[in-house]
Formats: sequence, structure tokens, C-alpha cells
Amino acid sequence: MKYELVAGFETHVELATNTKIFCSCTTEFGGEPNTHCCPICIGLPGTLPKLNKRVVEYAIRAGLATNCEIAEISKMDRKNYCYPDLPKAYQISQYDKPLCEHGYIQLSNGRKIRILRIHIEEDAGKLVHRRGDTLVDYNRGGVPLIEIVTEPDFRSVDEAKEYVEKLQLIMRYIGVSDCRMQEGSMRCDVNISVRPEGSEKLGTRTEIKNMNSITFIAKAMEYEYGRQVDLIESGEKVVQETLRYDDVTNTTSSMRGKEDANDYRYFRDPDLVTINVPREMVEKIREELPELPEEKKTRYIEELGLPETDAALLTKYRKIAEYYEKASEGTKNPKTAANFIIGQIFRSVETESEKEDFDVNVSAEDLNELIKLLDNGKIRMNLAKSTLDKMLETGKKASELIDESDMGGLDENALAELCKQAVENNPKAVKDYLGGKEKAVKAMVGFVMKNSRGKADAALAEQKIIEIIKNNS
Amino acid sequence: MSESKISKLHQGLVNKEFSCKELTEKYIAAIEKDNEALNAYVTVTKEAALETAEKVDKKISAGEEIGLLEGIPMTLKDNISTKDIRTTCCSKILEDYTPIYDATVWDSLKKQNAVLLGKTNMDEFAMGSSCENSYFGGAKNPHSLDHVAGGSSGGVASAVGGNIAVYGLGSDTGGSIRQPASFCGIVGMKPTYGAVSRFGLIAYASSLDQIGPITTTVEDNAIVFDAVSQYDKMDSTSQGRKGAPVCDSLKNDIKGMKIGIAKEYFDGVREDVRKSVEEAIEVYRTLGAEIVEFSLPSLKYALPVYYIIACAEASSNLGRYDGIRYGYKAENYRDVNDMIKKTRSTGFGEEVKRRILLGTYVLSSGYYDAYYKKAQNLRGKIVQDFKNVFEGCDVILAPTVPMTAFENGHAVSDPVETYQTDICTVPVNICGLPAVSVPCGIDSKGLPIGMQLIGNSFEEAKILNAAWQYEQAAGKFTPSGFGVVG
Repeated sequence: MKYELVAGFETHVELATNTKIFCSCTTEFGGEPNTHCCPICIGLPGTLPKLNKRVVEYAIRAGLATNCEIAEISKMDRKNYCYPDLPKAYQISQYDKPLCEHGYIQLSNGRKIRILRIHIEEDAGKLVHRRGDTLVDYNRGGVPLIEIVTEPDFRSVDEAKEYVEKLQLIMRYIGVSDCRMQEGSMRCDVNISVRPEGSEKLGTRTEIKNMNSITFIAKAMEYEYGRQVDLIESGEKVVQETLRYDDVTNTTSSMRGKEDANDYRYFRDPDLVTINVPREMVEKIREELPELPEEKKTRYIEELGLPETDAALLTKYRKIAEYYEKASEGTKNPKTAANFIIGQIFRSVETESEKEDFDVNVSAEDLNELIKLLDNGKIRMNLAKSTLDKMLETGKKASELIDESDMGGLDENALAELCKQAVENNPKAVKDYLGGKEKAVKAMVGFVMKNSRGKADAALAEQKIIEIIKNNS
Repeated sequence: MSESKISKLHQGLVNKEFSCKELTEKYIAAIEKDNEALNAYVTVTKEAALETAEKVDKKISAGEEIGLLEGIPMTLKDNISTKDIRTTCCSKILEDYTPIYDATVWDSLKKQNAVLLGKTNMDEFAMGSSCENSYFGGAKNPHSLDHVAGGSSGGVASAVGGNIAVYGLGSDTGGSIRQPASFCGIVGMKPTYGAVSRFGLIAYASSLDQIGPITTTVEDNAIVFDAVSQYDKMDSTSQGRKGAPVCDSLKNDIKGMKIGIAKEYFDGVREDVRKSVEEAIEVYRTLGAEIVEFSLPSLKYALPVYYIIACAEASSNLGRYDGIRYGYKAENYRDVNDMIKKTRSTGFGEEVKRRILLGTYVLSSGYYDAYYKKAQNLRGKIVQDFKNVFEGCDVILAPTVPMTAFENGHAVSDPVETYQTDICTVPVNICGLPAVSVPCGIDSKGLPIGMQLIGNSFEEAKILNAAWQYEQAAGKFTPSGFGVVG
């Protein structure tokens, strides 16, 4: 029998606000343990939370970018559980009135992954195990998170991978998070079940917690799918449980403890007031949303005429798209900048985070200058390419690397002089030309090109040479 | 009849009849003499008090103007956070806890050079009506040491009633300011929820807790309230005082003021208490107020609603005391869970544990709808009932407590019976309304009787105006034999 995979995602995304969700401590990653803390985020007796408005704005931005409806009235709730990384013994989260609901993300195969809800909450601290001791670092405690929950709409591992990539891209584009999975600013929980193909009934699901790489997500899902199918095939039952994925052994194992069988005793946090979201605020945020990656890609293809693969490569990272748009601004052909970036500049960025930052040796303005020199015929393609390599190496501008004599093309006097010499030094070719052999002019153009070290404009040279011959005769 | 003690001392300081140091020393001497009997203070901050006093004296001798509360010796309930001064909530679990920040109310009084004499006794985490749930033993009633000062702000009431502090700030979650004020024969106000910042007040039940003044006279109460009722950006539920300072309208005529009486407030009230409140009604008639009678049928739900909501919130608020970051930590544990378990089992007192368990229960899935959700719905109904009543009257007059101070040991022996004595005080906490308790009689044992004036939201000015008029006409304040004389 064939089995269909059914999966849903819960993704935690750390918001890139400067300060924490309920106090004014920095959200910066790292730092000496317990230095990004204050009485509020370590939950000292008597302290009260104060909701950071930016967090609400960022969550709404995320909601709008994923086609969600934004609640007019929302509130914060307490999720009570006892764990040393949670200094108040409750996490301030949202239970039954999330900020955003009913959105979707469309995949390349046309399927829509429905987003059930996006809510805001605070992150917990971190336990550090060292020499038999367990220490707590509360720097991360109170960093704002959004949790994005999908319906169980995934039917394959590829869909899951595409969704995570897309989500990451959208969140980065709209500037709400850097979504660095390796630093934990994006973490995924996956609910998985299997069912006989064609069946409508959902099977028993398991949940794999806290995965921080797309590769692991894919491997874990494949492993878990296989495990569940094996269980059913051998007549056993899938047990509903929370699992941990071990990337060394590539297996999942049961995670008994804090997350299991917990009664969170949710209730409204009496320390925080109702969140009113005026429609004007939502509209303002909507207007200020940048062009989303999908829209940008379509525009690159349809309006700029870029091939689909190029458009995809250029829109995969927000910084690259921004770079491309600056570099191609005011140039004759949008493909030129694309070719330079993909063909040459991409060689200098290898890792994911290098691509994300796109902090390359040649600024977009400098590339733009180079393309304009090419556009204006001051230099030719070969020189442009070698110059760009030099620019990448040295960080210098094109104008610093190409001296005036290199840019012969439009210096009319120099061209005229060379053409004059070409005619004087090739009496045979002149004779042949006058005798009706039009091709003979090419020899004289060759002379010009050779003596200009390839910088002259061949068409212009030919025109000039013919002019001189006609005038002489 | 009852003049402002704060104003009188202020005049004394300004006119250099005595120095602030002399005044402070007088109170410290009185504490040293009487605190052993009253058990009002759990921490005395003699040096810091004298330091502030010297600062104030310097200002006075330099001819600088001083504020009304500047240099006046006062106290804070021990659940109000004070930087560098231990704040215990009278619990073993916080016995050695010293805050690293100041509560907003203390921060603002400190800036006004208030002279803090020390921190006062209370029921552990403000849970109780007799102060006997204190880890340090209960505070005694200055009118009779065989009786309790009341609770939970028993220490403040004992200190102010026993005249070893001029005034104090307490907190009121279900009557914890008004009930001890009533027991000790003084004035205590629970302001509107949000009028005074809760930032730094160690939470018992966040949606009910409110800080308020405990004083010997109504005018002093108004002075202190005006000083601490400010909007605080650190407390999202804070709004500050609305309108002019309440002192401005304190002495207004109350002719034509409509005073409401709900018969439900008198159910189960002891005869002598009822009689005293009825006499007060007559005083108001004489003063030209109009008495309006009405019914508040939902009042009977107030007590269960209060205990469900307060315990639910407490069970969450007190989860943080786990021995990891601060406070008491149990010894000899196997692992972190064992440590948390042992710390909480031995660090909390019986009443606190009872309320945490009750609260955990009512929030549990399967019971949430039957208890917590139902209590929230009823809370809405009670709020609406009071709203309706205030369409027909300006203030409501009611007994503060159905009886006078309990004998020592009585309250702890029967917790449920003791819960029931909160019947008259809890409704205003449920609705977030302001109410002030003023003395209105003495029982046969010489113990004070109190009545409360309840106002609509942010109408502290009205209830204090009505309270001041009564105090002037028929005030029943009787000094105890303790503390600073004269």
C-alpha cells in the first residue's frame, strides 16, 4: 500500500526589534551571559511587562505578507509551566485571540499552505550545561517571537522545504527577522502523520520539536515518515508523542519531560491591557510593505525580460535584489547587470550568510558606473569583464583601473588620427577598396583596432576610414 | 475635629518648632519602645531614616521650601519593593530578598524626601485577614493586644494606629487596607484600580491588587493619595488620578449628595456594627445628604468570585519562587525539580499553599469553565450592577467588616469562616472601584468599628469629601495608648 505524508508546521521566528517584547533590554544575539537583562525580563517580584508596540507592528507585517486577516482586538495570555529557563514560571503568549489568522503561502506547484494563525510571545532563556552543573542564561528571555502555525497541508518533504525557504525569504524581505536557523532565530516544529493514499482520515500524529536547519527538517521528516509507515505495515500503532530529532544518528526519539502532558492553565494576563489594532494602522503597514519576493521575481521576468532562473537567483535574498536594482539603474539593458552579478560577483559569496549579507568588494554604485562605461561605448565587453575581476580583487572603482588612454572609443581626434594612419599605411587595401572590394576596408579597421589595443569602436572606425578614402580620392 | 497630622507636622518643621531629626528620632524611639508589643515593623531602617531627616533639615535651615510630605516619618507594607532594603512579603521564601529597584510609589515618595522608618508586617503574600499568616508572627491591635490588627496590611495599620508611623502605604486585594484600618480605628483607602502604579508591588492577584494610603485622618489620606496617584508608564494598567487633586474638593459641602444604601451589605453584620453604620447614615441626613436605598442582588456572588479569581492569579504569580534566582532555597535535593518542590513546600506557609492549590485547580483544563470562566462572567455581572447603582447615587455607604477585630488565633483556626468576613470588602476589588474605610464607632470591648464609602471609578474626590464631612461632624477616632504622644 502507498502512504501519503500529512504534515503541519509551527515555526518560531525571532523578531528583529531592537528591544525585548516587555522591557527595553537589547535583543542582540550572544553577549556575556545575563548581561542583556533587567528586573523585568528576569521576572523579579513586583515587575510588570509593558508591550513593545514594534512587536505588534512586526507581527502585523508578517501577517499581511502571508495573506492573513489582522484582528481588531487582541490580548495577551499566560501559559503557565515550570522550567528553570522561564523566570516567571509562565510565558506571556497569545491563546485564543492571536493577532493574525487565516493566511496562506502559495507553493510553486500551485498548492496553498493555509496559515492558521500567527501570534506574538516572549522567548525563554537558555540552559547551559557545564561540568555537571546547569546554568541559566536569560539574555534570550523576553526576546520577541512570532509563532506561525499552518494547517496540516503538506503532502511531501519537498513542499515542506519550499515552505520553510519561502517563509524565511518573506520574513527577511519584510525586515521582521534575519531568520538565521543556526542562531536559533527561526525554529521549526513539525507535526507528521501518514495515511493510506486516497484516504481522507488523518492518522495519529507525532511532533518533532525544535529543528534548526532545512536539511535536518527534510531528513527528520523522511525518517519519521518511514518509521510511521513501518509501524503501520507491521500492524503496530503510531503513538501520539513529542519527538526530538538527532542529526548525528538521523533518527527521532521520544522527548518525555516538560512539553508532555502539560496543562498550561492559560488565562488572560491581567498585567497587560487589550491590544486594539485600528484599521488605519493595518492599512499604513500594508502600504509600507516592500515588494515581496514573488512579486519581484514576476516583475523581473515580465518587465525586465530576465530569464526565470536569473530572476529566481536575484530575488532569493533581499540584499541581492536591492544590489541588482541599484546596479542596473539607468543602464541600457537590465540583463547586463544580471549577467555581471550572476556570472562574476556570485563567485565571491559562498555561504548562506554571505549571500544574505551580500557585502561584496564592489559596491552596486561602482558596478553601475562600469555598466554605464560599457553602455556609452567607452569600453568594450572584454575589458569590462576583466575590469570587474580586478574590481572584485582590489575594491577599486572602474575609473581608477581604466586610464584615459584605454577609453579611446569616443575620443574623436585620436580615432581620426588612427584612421588616417590606417589609410596611409595600407595603400593596397585602399586601392582594392576603390576597385570595388568593399571587404578591403576591414584590414584598415583591423589596423585601428590593433593600434588602439581594442578600445576603438569598430563600426565608427569603418565609417571614418571610408570617409577619409572618399575625401582623398 | 480631626485635623491633618501631616499638615501639623509640616508646619512644625517649617516653623522650626522641631527639627526633622528630632521628629524622626522621636518615632524611632517609639518604635524601639512599642514595636515588641505591636509587632508592626519587620524591618526598621533607622540609619536611612536619619540620613533623609538630616537632608531635610539642611534644606530647612538653608531657607528652602519643603513639600508637604517632606521629612514626615512613614512606613511601607513589606510587599512594596524598596531598593537595598529587604522586602520579604513576610514569607520565609523571601526572608533574605533585597530588591535591586524601587517600586514606583516609593521612588516618587523618596524623591519627595519621605522619611521611611521601616517595612511593616503583613499576611504572607497579602493572603489573610488577620496578619497572623506572617512568617514573623502577626501584628497586634493597638487598641487591644489580645486582638489582631487585621490583614493583610496589619503592620501598617498597627503602626499608624499605634502612632509609630505618621502614615503608611498598604495594598488592598480584597480588603487588605480597609479591614485593618477598620480594626485599628483609622482611615484606609483602596483607590480605583489603575489610580496608583502597581510597579514594584509584589503581586498577589494582579487584577485586584491596588496600593493605597493608611492614615489617622481623612485629610492625611487625601494628601498621600494626591502624592502617589500618578500615571506610570511602567504599569500598563496605570491611569493615574483623573481630575484635580482630591484635596481641592475635600471640604466641599455635601448638601444634596446622594448616598446609596444596599441592604445586601448588611446581611450577617453584627448588631453593634449595623447600629454604628446606621448612626452614620443619620449624620449624613443631618449634613443634608440624600439617602437612597437600592438592592445589589449579585453581591452574594462576590465572595466566591473573589476567591476563585484571586487564587487563580496567585497560583500563576507565585510560580516564580523556585529557589533558582533569589530568595530561600531548600537544602538536600536530588535534582532541579526536587529542589523546586522542596523549596516551595518548606518556603511557603499553609495559607499561601492552600490558595496556590485552589488557584491551580480552578484554572486546570476540565475545571476552567466551571470555575474560572464562570467567575469571570459573574465578575462582569457584578461590575454592571454597580454601574447601574451609580446612576442613582454618588457614593455607597456600607460596613467595612461585619464585626470588629478578631481575637488572636481565631482567624487561623477556621480559614473558611475567616474568608467569609471579607464579604463587605471584596466587591469593590472585583469592580476596580475606590472605597475608603473610616472609623464610625467603638464596640463594648473598646474595639473600633469602621464603615466604608464606595465611589464610582476615579471618584476618590467624592468619597473622601463625604468621609471628611462625616469625620468633622461625628468622627470617632480614638488614640491608642501607644507610640508618639501628642
